[in-house]
Amino acid sequence: MKTLFKPAALAAAATALLPHAAVAQSFDEKVNAAFASSTGWFVNLIFSPFPGTTFPWIVMWLVIAASVFTLYFGFIQFRAFGHSISLVKGDYSDPNDAGEVSHFQALATALSGTVGLGNIAGVAVAVGIGGPGATFWMVLAGLLGMASKFTECTLGVKYRNEYADGTVSGGPMYYLTKGFAERGLPGGKILAVMFSIFCILGAFGGGNMFQANQAHAQIANVVGDYPGVITGVIFAVIVGMVIMGGLQSIAKVTEKIVPFMGVLYVVTALIIILMNYDKIGWAFGQIFGGAFTGLGVAGGMVGALIQGFKRAAFSNEAGVGSAAIAHSAVKTKEPITEGYVSLLEPFIDTVVICTMTALVIIISGQLVADPATGIYMLDEGANTIKTVGDNKGVALTSAAFSSAFGGFQYVLALAVVLFAFSTMISWSYYGLKAWTYLFGEGKGKEMTFKGIFCVFIVIGASASLGPVIDFSDAAIFAMAVVNIFGLYFLMPIVKRELDSYVARLKSGEIKRFK
Amino acid sequence: MSHTIIVGYDGSRGSESALAFAEKQAKASGASLVVAHVLEWSPYSFLTPQELEERHKRRGEELARAEEAILAPAVKRLAKSGIEVTTALKYGNIAEVIIDIAKNEKAEMIVIGRTGHSGLSARLFGSVAGTMAQAAPVPVVIVP
Repeated sequence: MKTLFKPAALAAAATALLPHAAVAQSFDEKVNAAFASSTGWFVNLIFSPFPGTTFPWIVMWLVIAASVFTLYFGFIQFRAFGHSISLVKGDYSDPNDAGEVSHFQALATALSGTVGLGNIAGVAVAVGIGGPGATFWMVLAGLLGMASKFTECTLGVKYRNEYADGTVSGGPMYYLTKGFAERGLPGGKILAVMFSIFCILGAFGGGNMFQANQAHAQIANVVGDYPGVITGVIFAVIVGMVIMGGLQSIAKVTEKIVPFMGVLYVVTALIIILMNYDKIGWAFGQIFGGAFTGLGVAGGMVGALIQGFKRAAFSNEAGVGSAAIAHSAVKTKEPITEGYVSLLEPFIDTVVICTMTALVIIISGQLVADPATGIYMLDEGANTIKTVGDNKGVALTSAAFSSAFGGFQYVLALAVVLFAFSTMISWSYYGLKAWTYLFGEGKGKEMTFKGIFCVFIVIGASASLGPVIDFSDAAIFAMAVVNIFGLYFLMPIVKRELDSYVARLKSGEIKRFK
Repeated sequence: MSHTIIVGYDGSRGSESALAFAEKQAKASGASLVVAHVLEWSPYSFLTPQELEERHKRRGEELARAEEAILAPAVKRLAKSGIEVTTALKYGNIAEVIIDIAKNEKAEMIVIGRTGHSGLSARLFGSVAGTMAQAAPVPVVIVP
């Protein structure tokens, strides 16, 4: 009984600490209502289905693109996998370039921007709505997405700006303008501007509000419910100190802890899976069975597919263009090498980490199925699957992990907060790059963006999951609309780079140093 | 035939002793000296996006500073001795890089100091000397 009361007592303490908690509660509600009504049209536009179907066109857009790149580059994600690993290990790095950004560093930084709540909370959302079958489609989307990432990151390096003072800036806004100009195509500049606008929205959405929202959900899950605005303000102050106050040291510490949290997360998941080794076969049965039948989830097979594809894209950002910004700082004479390296990103993010989350949720039996038919039971009035403790989002993942290791929710809460923080730092940078592309560089302009970014943290932590996740998805997918459109026109350039590189690799002109 | 002696130098007191010892050896045997300074660096460290963007610029600044504050004064001091002196300035793992330089220069001896200028360097020293002793292809002299 004592433990049962603990969260409530903590919540009461939190309320007592904040005399205006009642006001704050209604502030949360106000933010929620205002936010949902002001972003609804944008969300509807991005997620509108093909006429006569329930299939959102944007999901098709991403999957078709990933499939086109996969075929166009001859299944590069499978052919190049070994070479990608060699590049990351530094086998082809000139020792004289030591001290410059290595392939490993570019990959690690890009990964810390993508590995985050998408892998923990996003997967839980997908499995909670689409059932275990969503995992199958998520992994497939992850594998295909490797080709999209390959394409965009090669271009990111090829068309980056190198300034006289030695700094570099790259990303879709640069390759869309320069690449289109090089091919003699019109409209590159317009695409770059559109991309930048959506990138700023994406930075506020998936890169910020979704993170703040789920970090708050996870903390509240551990200590008891309290107004989200408190978490929001604390996060905003810390992020503000880093990006506005120049306290890079905080970010540096996080950058070093996050990879270890990631490893810890995967290892824990593996242990839980191995502890239930007798259920592994069953879990895969559920994943494959659910992929094609839906096992009773809302929307059936298509529902599972949409959820799987959506969450994969949201998690690994393949085709979105964000990673091209982070990857473009690498030191290499061959832009294509960064393409090779970047294709490992969706693999690690989606095929490995997301799958772990999904397997743990399925194996720990969080989803309630009718024992007689094996069909999943739906929550009344909602189209989500009934779960053991009525959990959704990050709380579902937390419950699944805690069912095997009591107390893991505390470790997970810490991981979630750190992942959220590092993703916010990365996205504040992506957003800033787009902002300065639009408005030019300058201390005042940059501070304006950073200030707005911090305000959105508070909004994100205060609003409820539904509207935040919708807007976050919509903004990030809007980036993909512009980016992928551009990639179709620029992919012959990547092909040329690839052919030339492979030929020189074969002839021995590209030297191996190790 | 000419011999080469490599001396690891970072401006610390220990490395000053190493330099003095190497100078004496070089004078006595008519060898030439390579003064090597290594900036500790791992390609597997984790950086923020901001650091990635500025890395190339910072690297240039770090190299210039090391050249000016550490190597140039050492070379200036050795100039009087009449020994042939060259410098090497590189990034990486200290022990590995110095061993690489020794191999490339076909050096006959490596000279390093015993202590750095802080507790941290002192701690690092253990691994540098340890690795050197294990992996160096030529005799290593550790000067107290």
